[in-house]
Amino acid sequence: MEQISSFEIWYTFFFQLSSVWIALFITFSALFIWRKNLGVLGHLCNSPIGLVGLFIVLFWVFGAIFADLVALFEPFEQSGRYRRKPPGTINAELGIPYIFGTDTLGRDLFSRMIYGSQIVLLIAPAACVVAYVVGITLGLPSGYFGGRSDTILSFLANLVLAFPVILLFYLLVAPGVRETMLPNIMAGVFFLFPIAFALMVVYSRFSERLNVLIPSFIIIILVGSWLYSGLVFNADPLGLVQIDPNELNIFAAVVFASSPGVFRLVRGLTMDIKTRDYVAAAMTRGEGPFFIMIWEILPNARGPLIVDSCLRVGYVTILLGTLGFFGLGMEPESPDWGSMINQTRSYIRLVPTIVLPATLALASFVLGLNLLADGLREESAKD
Amino acid sequence: MSIPVLEIENLSVSFMTRSTEVPAVMDFSMKVLEGDAMGLVGESGCGKSTVALAIMNYLGGNGKITGGTIKYRGKDMSSFSEKELEDIRGSEIAMIYQEPMASLNPAMRISSQLIEVPILHEKITKEEAWKRSIDMLEKVNLPDPERIMNAFPHQLSGGQQQRIVIAMALLSKPSLLLLDEPTTALDVTVEAGIINLVKNLSKEIGTSMLFVSHNLGLILETCNKITVMYSGETVETGEINEVFRNMRHPYTQGLLRSIPLPGKNKYEAPLRAISGQLPLPHERPQGCNFGPRCPYFEKELCSVNEVQMQAINSKKLHFSRCSKINLIDWNKKIKSSKKVGRKPSNDILLSIDHLSKDYDVAANVVFGGKKKGTIKANVDLNFDAKVAETLAIVGESGCGKSTFAKVLLGLEEASSGRVDFENKNIGEITVEERDKKTVSAIQMVFQNPFDTLNPSHSVGNQIIRTLEKVGVGSTVEERRQRMHELLDLVKLPREFEKRMPRQLSGGQKQRIGIARAFAGSPKIVVADEPVSALDVSVQAAVIELLIDIQEKFDTTMLFISHDLSVVRYVADRVVVMYLGKIAETGTTEQIFSPPYHPYTEALLSAVPIADPDIKKRQILLEGALPSPLNPPKGCVFNTRCPSAISGKCDSIDPPIQKLKNGHTISCHIDIKELSKKDNVFAQ
Amino acid sequence: MLVFILKRLFTLFLTMLCLSFIVFSLVTIEPNLKKLALNQANMRMEEEAVQTWLEKNGYKRPLLVQYSEWLGNALTGDFGYSTHFKKPVNDVVWPKLWHTGILMFWVLILTIPISLLIGVISGMREGSKTDRALSVFSIITTSVPQYVSGILFTIILSSWLKLFKGVAKAGNITFENFTLPVLTIVLYDIGYIARMTRASMVEVMNAQYIRTARLKGMSFISVVFKHALRNALIAPFTVIMLQFPWLLTGVVIVEKLFNYKGFGFLLVSAADQNDIDVTLACGVVAVILVLTTQLISDIGYAFLNPRIRFS
Repeated sequence: MEQISSFEIWYTFFFQLSSVWIALFITFSALFIWRKNLGVLGHLCNSPIGLVGLFIVLFWVFGAIFADLVALFEPFEQSGRYRRKPPGTINAELGIPYIFGTDTLGRDLFSRMIYGSQIVLLIAPAACVVAYVVGITLGLPSGYFGGRSDTILSFLANLVLAFPVILLFYLLVAPGVRETMLPNIMAGVFFLFPIAFALMVVYSRFSERLNVLIPSFIIIILVGSWLYSGLVFNADPLGLVQIDPNELNIFAAVVFASSPGVFRLVRGLTMDIKTRDYVAAAMTRGEGPFFIMIWEILPNARGPLIVDSCLRVGYVTILLGTLGFFGLGMEPESPDWGSMINQTRSYIRLVPTIVLPATLALASFVLGLNLLADGLREESAKD
Repeated sequence: MSIPVLEIENLSVSFMTRSTEVPAVMDFSMKVLEGDAMGLVGESGCGKSTVALAIMNYLGGNGKITGGTIKYRGKDMSSFSEKELEDIRGSEIAMIYQEPMASLNPAMRISSQLIEVPILHEKITKEEAWKRSIDMLEKVNLPDPERIMNAFPHQLSGGQQQRIVIAMALLSKPSLLLLDEPTTALDVTVEAGIINLVKNLSKEIGTSMLFVSHNLGLILETCNKITVMYSGETVETGEINEVFRNMRHPYTQGLLRSIPLPGKNKYEAPLRAISGQLPLPHERPQGCNFGPRCPYFEKELCSVNEVQMQAINSKKLHFSRCSKINLIDWNKKIKSSKKVGRKPSNDILLSIDHLSKDYDVAANVVFGGKKKGTIKANVDLNFDAKVAETLAIVGESGCGKSTFAKVLLGLEEASSGRVDFENKNIGEITVEERDKKTVSAIQMVFQNPFDTLNPSHSVGNQIIRTLEKVGVGSTVEERRQRMHELLDLVKLPREFEKRMPRQLSGGQKQRIGIARAFAGSPKIVVADEPVSALDVSVQAAVIELLIDIQEKFDTTMLFISHDLSVVRYVADRVVVMYLGKIAETGTTEQIFSPPYHPYTEALLSAVPIADPDIKKRQILLEGALPSPLNPPKGCVFNTRCPSAISGKCDSIDPPIQKLKNGHTISCHIDIKELSKKDNVFAQ
Repeated sequence: MLVFILKRLFTLFLTMLCLSFIVFSLVTIEPNLKKLALNQANMRMEEEAVQTWLEKNGYKRPLLVQYSEWLGNALTGDFGYSTHFKKPVNDVVWPKLWHTGILMFWVLILTIPISLLIGVISGMREGSKTDRALSVFSIITTSVPQYVSGILFTIILSSWLKLFKGVAKAGNITFENFTLPVLTIVLYDIGYIARMTRASMVEVMNAQYIRTARLKGMSFISVVFKHALRNALIAPFTVIMLQFPWLLTGVVIVEKLFNYKGFGFLLVSAADQNDIDVTLACGVVAVILVLTTQLISDIGYAFLNPRIRFS
C-alpha cells in the first residue's frame, strides 16, 4: 500500500483548504481596514488572544461553507480495502490520499471531519439562537416585573440547572423518547418563542402606528407558521423546511438544557439595568413596559450577552460531542465530531491517530470560541 | 527656613495605554511646609488625585512618574526602595479617600484593620495597639468605641466609616496627611462634622495636610494655602486669602464666578460659566492650556509659547501662570443681564395635600423572615406650587425628596393624600394610566448625566421618540424639525443629533436631558439634583440654561437639591425636608434668614462658602441620620437637634407654626425663641 | 439564620419532589415500559399481550399514583429491583456510589488547591505575564472536554509511553489505576474554577480597600494574604459547589471512557439496558447530591460573607 510523506500530507492539507485561506484573508483584511467602524469587533484587533480565537472560529465557519471544495472524499464513502489506515495512505484506484487516514469502515477521516463541521456549526449556533430567544423572552419580563411569575420561572430554571446534563440527555434523547411526541411538544413550545419575540419587538415599537403594525404582524405570523409547520410537524406545505427527527430531538434537548442559563443571565442584567435613569426617563414619557424592556434595556445588555453567546456556542458544541460520544441522538454513521470520536475511540490501540481529527477539531473550535469570548470581554471592559 | 515636609518640583506623571502615553500631570510644583494645610483644587480630570497618588508613589500598573522630583523632608522619594516606601506609607504619610465604604475591607472587623497599622510600623504589642485604637476612636468622636471595634464596616453609617478611615490614617501620627475628596460621598451636615474634626485633629497632632477637592468653599474653610490645577498643571498658588482676594488667573476667577454663594440670588450675582470644556490630555492646545476657554484670550500672547509661573506677591507665595497678568482688569464687576422683579403668578398649579408614601420592605432582605418593616418615605406633605415659580425641595439623602418626585411623575403610587394637578388627583394614577396630556405636562431632568441617556440610541432618536410619545408633530419630518429646535434651545449644534451619548460630555448630556424634558412644553419640570454630578464650571452653564428655558416657557420647576447655595440662587420658594417630613417652608428669603427651623439652621451652617468675606456661625449636628425604617419618636429631628427639649421633642409630634406669608416651621420651640437667633451668615 | 436554613430546606425539598417526578415520568414512558415487558416476559409477545403485561404490573395506572407508590417505597429505602443485575437496586447502587466517591475524593483534593492557587496567582497581578500564561492555560483546559482529553491522555501516556493502563478498575486504589481518570476530570475542572477565582481576585485587587491597605504601608504579599484572599475566595467557594452537576457529568464521561464501574457507568448502562428502577434510583441520587451541594453552598456563602451574616 502506497504512502505519502508527512510533508505531502500537510501540503495536501493546506492546498485543499485554499478556499478557506482566501476567505480568511479577505475577512481579516476587511476587519483591519474598517476596524474603526466595527465597534467591539474592531477593538478586537488590539487583542491577540481574541484575534487567534476569531481566526480559529472563522476557519471552521469557512470550512463548513466550502466543505464540498475542501473534502477529498464523500463523507459516507466506504472502502473495504482501506480500513483503519494511517494518515497518508493512497487510495490506489482513485489516486487520492487519505491524508488523515481512514476509520474502521474505510471512510476518509479528513473529509468526515470537514463535513462534520457542517453539522456542528449548524446545530450549535441555531440551538443557541433559539435558547437565547427563549431566555430573553422569559428573562426580560421576569427581571423587569419581578413578583410571583418571576419566582416561579426562576424556580423552574433552577430545576433544570440542578440536573446533571448527562442525566437530562439520557432522559430526553433516548430512543424511547423519540417514539413519543415529547420532542415535538418541546420543539413546538420552543419554536413559539421566536414568533412571540418578533411580535413583541414589532408591537412595542409601533403600537401607535397601526399602518405599520398590522402588516408586520401578518407577515410575522405567516412566515412564522410556515417555518413552524416545517420544523415542528415536518409538514411544510412548500417542502423547503424540514428537519430530521433525530436532529429535532437533539435540538430540543440542547435548547432545553441551555435556555435556563440564558434566562438567569438576562434576568440579572435586566434587574440591574432597570434601575438606570434612562429607564425612568422612558417611563416618565409614558413608554409601555414592552418598549422599555426591548428598546431601552435589551440593547444595553448586549455586551455580556455577546460574550456569553460565544461561550455558550462552545458549551453547546461540547454537549453535542457528549451526545455523540454516548451514541445518543445522532444517526450511527453521522460524521459529526462527537459521533466520530465514539466510532473511532475503540481502535486507538491499533491506530492512535484515528481519533485525532475529530478530537482536535472539536477542541480547537471550542478553544477558538473561548478565546474569542475572552478577547471580547477584555475589550468591552476597556471601553 | 526649615525643610518643607513635601516639595514637588516639575512633576510629570503619565499613564501608559496600549497605543499612547497619556500625560495626566505636567510640570507640577508645590511646597507643603510644616503645619501647612494645602488645598489642591481643580475640576475632575485635571490630575489632582494623580498628584496625591504620585506622592504615595502608588500609581498602579500603568502610571509612571516621567519627570521631576517629589521630596519628602528633603529626601528624593524616587530613590526610595520598595521597603523604604512601605515604611513611610501609613506612618509618615497617610491618606484618606473619597469612598469610605470602599476603603474599608468588608470582610474584616474594624479592630483588625485599625491595630495592624501601629503593629506594622511601631512593632508594638496587640494590646497596646488595641488601646491606642480605642483612644483614637474616641478622638474622632465615635461613641462606644469597644462596640465599633468589633463591628464590620457595613454595620456603620457613611459618616462613621469616614471617621474610622481618619482614625486609621492618624493612628501612627503621620507628618503629612493626604485627603482626596474625603467628604464628597457624604451628606452636608455629616461633611461639616468631618471637616471640623480633621481640622482640629491635624492641629492637635501637628500633621501637615494636602487637601484635594473640587470644592473651593471646603478648601477655604480648611486650608491656609491653595494650589489651583488646570489640565495637569498648576495655574495659581499662594496663601489662601491672598489668592481669594487678589486672584490673578482667569481660571481661578472663572471657577469662583461659577459658584453660587448662599448670600446671593440669581438677580444679584449672576453666575458666569466657563465656556467649553477641559481638553483631553492628548488634545491640549499650544501655549496656555486654558486659552481656548479664556475670556481674555489673545492669540499672540497666549497660544505661542509655554506660559511660565510668575510671582505676584512673593511674600505671600502667590504665583500665577498667565501671560496677561498685567493686562487684565481683575476687579471689573460683571453685570446681570436678568431683569429683576420677574415674579411668578399666584395661580396654584399643583397642590400637595396630606400626601404620604410608605414602602413595605422585608426586614431582613437575605434571610427573608416574616417581619416586614415600613419605610415612611413621605409623611403628610402639604404644599402648593404656583405657575412659573421655582420651588426647591431641600434635604439630605433619605429625606424623601426623590420619593416625592416619583409619586408626582407617576412612577410610584401615593399611599394616602392627594396630588392635585389641573383639578385632578394624580397621586394614585401611575404613569401608564395617565393620559398623554398629563404625561407631557409633568417631566423630569435626572441627576446623573451618565445615566440619563440610553447609551444605545443616538441623541436625535431619543428626542424624536420623546416627541412621538408626548404627541408633538404628526410626521417624522415634523418631529425632526422640532428636535432641531430643541437642540438650538439647549445651545447644542444640530449635528449632535447623530451622536451617541458616549461621545458627549457630562454637561452636554445634561443639556440633552433638559431638551428631552421640555420636548412636550411641560407645565411642571422636576429637576432632581440636575447639576450635582457636574463640575462647577459646567454647573453654572446648566443652571443658567435651565432658568432661561423655564422663564421662556413659564414652566413651574420643582428643584430638588441638597445644595443650599444653588437653591438660594434658583428658587423662589423652598421646602425643607427631613426624614420624610416637612421641617420648614417659605420663600427663599424667609428660609435664609431667622427665624430658622433648627435643621435649616444646621444645613445652612454646613454649606461651605467660597468667599473669605462671609463669616458664618458653626452649628454641628451630632450623630448620624436615623434609619427611615425606624424613625425617632416625636419630632424626627430630635436625636440630632442641638436645642431639643427632652420630654417633649422626643415624644410629641411638633406643631406646625404658621408665620406670615406662608412661612411655616414645624417645631416645638416657640417662634419668639427661634427669632432671637442671628443670621447664620455675616458679612 | 435558622429561618434562612429552613426556607432553603423547604425549597430543596420542593425541588427534589419536582425533579424526582420529572425523572420518574421520563423513565417510565410507554416505549420504555413496552421494551421492559418484551424483555421480562417474552421477546415475541403480541401487542395485546404487552398491554396485558403492563396492566398486570400496574403500569397502566395514572402516573401520579405510580409515582407516589414509588416515592413511598423510596422513602422507606426500597428503590425496587434491578432487571439487569437481578438483585435489589440498593445492592447495586450503593457500592457503585462508593467507588465513584473515591474517585471524586481524589479529584477534589487535587482540583481545589491547584485551581485556587492558579486563580489567585494569576488574579494577583492582572495583566502580568504570569497572568496571561495561566489564563490561556485555563482557557485551553476548559475548552477540551473530558472525552477529548481522556482519549489524548490514553494515546500519549498509555499507548505511546506505556505509563498507565487505558482502563481503570473500580475499587482498586492505586496510582496506576487512578491517574488517568483523575487527571482527565481534574484538568477540565481546574480551568473553570481557576478562571472564576481569577475574576474574583482581580475584582478584589482593584478594590479601594486594597489600596488603603497598601497605603497603610503593608507589603504586597501581606496585603494579598491578609486582605485580599478572604474576600476573593468567597465567590469561588460557591462556584466549586455549583460545579457539582458538571463534575458529575465529567465523572460519567470518564467512567464510561475508562470503563471504571462506578456510579456514572451504572447510570449510563442502566439507561442503555432499560433497567428502569436502577435508572430512577441513579437519577434521584444524582439530583439529591446536586441539591445538597447547592444547600451547602448557600449556607456557606452566607456564613463566609459578614455582610450577610450580620445584617
